[in-house]
Amino acid sequence: MMSNLVFLPIFIPLFVGALLVFFNKKHQLTMKISYLTVFLNLGVSIYLSYYVFKNNPLILETGGWKAPYGIILVADKLSVIMILSVNVIALAAVIFASSSVTSKMVQHYFYPLFLLLIAGVSGAFLTGDLFNLFVFFEVLLMASYGLIIIGGSKHQFRESVKYILLNLFSSILFVTTVAFLYSVTGTVNMAQLGERVAEVEQQGILTGIGILLFVVFATKGALFPLYFWLPKSYIVPSPVVSALFGALLTKVGVYSMLRVYTLIFSHKLELTHTFFIWVASITMLIGVIGALSTSNVKLIIAYNIMPAIGFMLLGIGTFSAESLAGTIYYLVHDMAIKAALFFLAGLLVWHAGTSNLNKMGGYIKTSPLLGWMFFIAALVLAGIPPFSGFIGKYLLLRGAFDEEHYFAAGIGLLSSLLILFSVIRIFIGAFWGEIKEKPKEKVRRSGLAASGLLIAISILLGVGAEWFYPYIQSAADSLIDPQIYIDFVLKE
Amino acid sequence: MEIVMSILAGTLFAAGVYLLLQKQLLKIVLGTALLSHGAHLFILTMGKLNRGAPPILEKGITEYTDPLPQALILTSIVISFGVTSFLLVLAYRTYQSNKTDMMDQLRGTDDE
Repeated sequence: MMSNLVFLPIFIPLFVGALLVFFNKKHQLTMKISYLTVFLNLGVSIYLSYYVFKNNPLILETGGWKAPYGIILVADKLSVIMILSVNVIALAAVIFASSSVTSKMVQHYFYPLFLLLIAGVSGAFLTGDLFNLFVFFEVLLMASYGLIIIGGSKHQFRESVKYILLNLFSSILFVTTVAFLYSVTGTVNMAQLGERVAEVEQQGILTGIGILLFVVFATKGALFPLYFWLPKSYIVPSPVVSALFGALLTKVGVYSMLRVYTLIFSHKLELTHTFFIWVASITMLIGVIGALSTSNVKLIIAYNIMPAIGFMLLGIGTFSAESLAGTIYYLVHDMAIKAALFFLAGLLVWHAGTSNLNKMGGYIKTSPLLGWMFFIAALVLAGIPPFSGFIGKYLLLRGAFDEEHYFAAGIGLLSSLLILFSVIRIFIGAFWGEIKEKPKEKVRRSGLAASGLLIAISILLGVGAEWFYPYIQSAADSLIDPQIYIDFVLKE
Repeated sequence: MEIVMSILAGTLFAAGVYLLLQKQLLKIVLGTALLSHGAHLFILTMGKLNRGAPPILEKGITEYTDPLPQALILTSIVISFGVTSFLLVLAYRTYQSNKTDMMDQLRGTDDE
């Protein structure tokens, strides 16, 4: 009976989202129902995490078909950590949306699409089946296609075409890879894939398939050299949508890598994982260079997604219990802080009436709270102790040094410094000095509340690291030994 | 038979990629449609092409068709159908609002 609990974080937003499609003209009603849904979902995911950490992981064999024959949903430690983070982001997003989403956006199905996005992301985190992962990718992408064009401006159409084409191409590649993998191993169940690939020690074509799968996830996660679609397409929609994309979508790619390259393709480390470290280093560097190259506030934040993804990939590439814990820590931290920064950048742009940094200045006088929040968020992002970014980076870099990846670790340190520079540049440019142009509108309270909530969580993650770390470490420990997952799912 | 199907899937992929590299938006959309057809054929081929055997595995039966690839293709066809139709509408609206359907004129700048 408990195992049905695994389905709820997908079912609740999916069901309510589908229902809300019929009430798109009623702004207040849909908003309130969305609030309720998000709270309910958060409650469920808290209980699910509590249960999984206290007792044991849960598995739902849909339709009573035993694994590996049916489609399964697995809530192990990593999955519930991700589900919990997603729902916290969803709560912040719905708070931010309450004042920033116009009736027109609601009419164009903002709330249904938002809930479907949450359902898709949760599904991707919970599924134990590679083809099902593809399906949930499509669910969340379809929702994101709808969200990105809400508003219907000229440049939104222009950028969303590129976004959709690239994601569609990588989805087709994903299906092809699954077909390859099926013909070689005869299964799409992740646990059984892990078992069978381990049996033949990942020989021959399997490593090639693994790299092809990496290309798919690298496109979704915006790694070098497959990131060109990301920055501009993430800044065109409304800030709340940008924040959701920046916080959740690329992280699904990272999560998939984390799952696949610890569970299935982890037998030829010198080929795959060494390659990851190189890709990670270049991604970090290119990302910060992009962030430094522009004076568009939103674009700076969007470019900062990439070094974060690079950091997480560095942890996967290093492949030790410590570095994987670092990756998970960084994943959770980055979800919270990226959403907060996109919120703050959106508020700043509304306040200033322009996204060009050179036309801003002196806004600390007109809205001190926004300024100081931005300052703290910048410190959190760069990983200044005692904030959460520091703990994640510390674990990742110590892992990298222990495994003697000095070059990648050096790049990591350098890019952290440049990240700080790129974000502080916004703080100095927008908040210091004299007011150049009068603020267009007052900063919205609920926007500040949403960002404040996320920043408080990142501070808590940093200061209370001693309390959170054991949970994350135990999730990482179960990743480094894939046999735990395989035995649990296949019950041998 | 598998060889012929693989070559066909490969041809579809090649044509799809060729169209994907064009400048005109409609050609690109058609390219993605061809690509997804290629992928679907490929899944079918990967599950081995058998005829005249039901997809049932019982004791004593040695000859059977694998039902899983067909289930996968069905799911995938529905998804790509939905995405392609969405993409067609989006391409049309992009053309309407940007007054062009050439990708090299749809670049955009940093400050907007």
